[in-house]
Amino acid sequence: MIAILDYGSGNLRSAQRAFATTGEEVVVTSDRKVAVEARGLVVPGVGAFQSCMAGLVAIDGDSIIRERLSLQRPTLGICVGMQILFESGTEPSRESAGPTPGVGIWSGSVSRMVAPILPHMGWNTVISNPRSTLFAGIAERSFYFVHSFAATRSVGKFQAWGEYGQKFLAAIEDGPISATQFHPEKSGTAGLRLINNWVSSL
Amino acid sequence: MTLSVRIIPCLDVTDGRVVKGINFVDLADAGDPIEMAALYDREGADELTFLDISASSSGRETTLDIVRKCAEEVFIPLTVGGGIRSVADVDQLLRAGADKVSISTAAVQRPDLIAEIADRFGSQVLVLSIDARRANTESGFEVTTHGGRESANIDALDWAQRACALGVGEILLNSMDTDGTRSGYDIGMIRAFRSVTKVPLVASGGAGTLGDFAAALDAGADALLAASVFHFGIHRIGDVKGYLKGAGYSVRESDLS
Repeated sequence: MIAILDYGSGNLRSAQRAFATTGEEVVVTSDRKVAVEARGLVVPGVGAFQSCMAGLVAIDGDSIIRERLSLQRPTLGICVGMQILFESGTEPSRESAGPTPGVGIWSGSVSRMVAPILPHMGWNTVISNPRSTLFAGIAERSFYFVHSFAATRSVGKFQAWGEYGQKFLAAIEDGPISATQFHPEKSGTAGLRLINNWVSSL
Repeated sequence: MTLSVRIIPCLDVTDGRVVKGINFVDLADAGDPIEMAALYDREGADELTFLDISASSSGRETTLDIVRKCAEEVFIPLTVGGGIRSVADVDQLLRAGADKVSISTAAVQRPDLIAEIADRFGSQVLVLSIDARRANTESGFEVTTHGGRESANIDALDWAQRACALGVGEILLNSMDTDGTRSGYDIGMIRAFRSVTKVPLVASGGAGTLGDFAAALDAGADALLAASVFHFGIHRIGDVKGYLKGAGYSVRESDLS
């Protein structure tokens, strides 16, 4: 069973349907026990770093992710769901000017991209590691991005890099925890293939 | 590694049906929005836009149902516009499966709506649709509302800059002068907006020849929206992409399966 973590963020319905194309049972949940015990946990995320982090903490999501990591259970972060796995994010909000602490699985900060036009919105290709599990069979394909902030320092075992104004981390594979800055659930057949690659690896 | 230009078919929906002159040959039911969305996806559309032009609340409920079904079957980004007046309207659409919403008249009437939506859901969900036409304003372009029927008496470039400061993540620029004419996008208008905005710009209104698409990109558009040329089968999406690729633009290769 795949659990999609519901912490008040984003379009969970299409994520649920996209993961269900693998034939797995998919539930959308904020229940701690279900989320910890699922074979795979997906952490989506749409919106600002700070509000997503606040929503995550409110359902104890940071602790769920850490517990899964300690149990070596697979977790996949998507978009802001990837960003909040880092130490901190600098996405400004009206309430505070300083960086917001993240879950802290990976070191480094997620900061505003340097590009003439933001958000980075649309289909872009990435350079992935040939040994990657996620990108098997889809190394040359495009994926759908929509974000203005990104991580730029290498973390994890395998990285996929994107380029838009600057080089940034488009995906990470790090043992049980993986993440994509793009939206595989919105990336057509290539995205469904990536999702299938992840589910097959569980 | 270059961001691809986006080709976006636009479907006008009322009471559950696609309207505005549809002339597909290979659909069992040419007015079915889900069937059309799936076909455009197969043909390589990079995003889809649904414009809800329903006048009644039952029509709006039907549109929500279409968004739900579409999001369950078509795995590319979906923008929904028409009649959005509040954060609650946006919430409802996002929950139904929309990835982005576009607002127009309501934002002109109450600009704070932009900040309210952006604060709650992030700028990336918010497309500002500007129905602009040439007029005797400072920039030479004015904003219209109610589908181009009324002048808002504000300068279109001023409005774009204000809206960006309030938090819109993208601008859909509809030329009311070229809309439906197939005489080409309004190139001067695209250039003018490009020079003052730093968010992605979607050009709309006037697509006719394949060269029109390239001209809009040269003028600074990041994405190209069209309705009638696709609905009437004048161009297939693959033809537009093939042409643009041949002309040196980065396009997403259409899915093969």
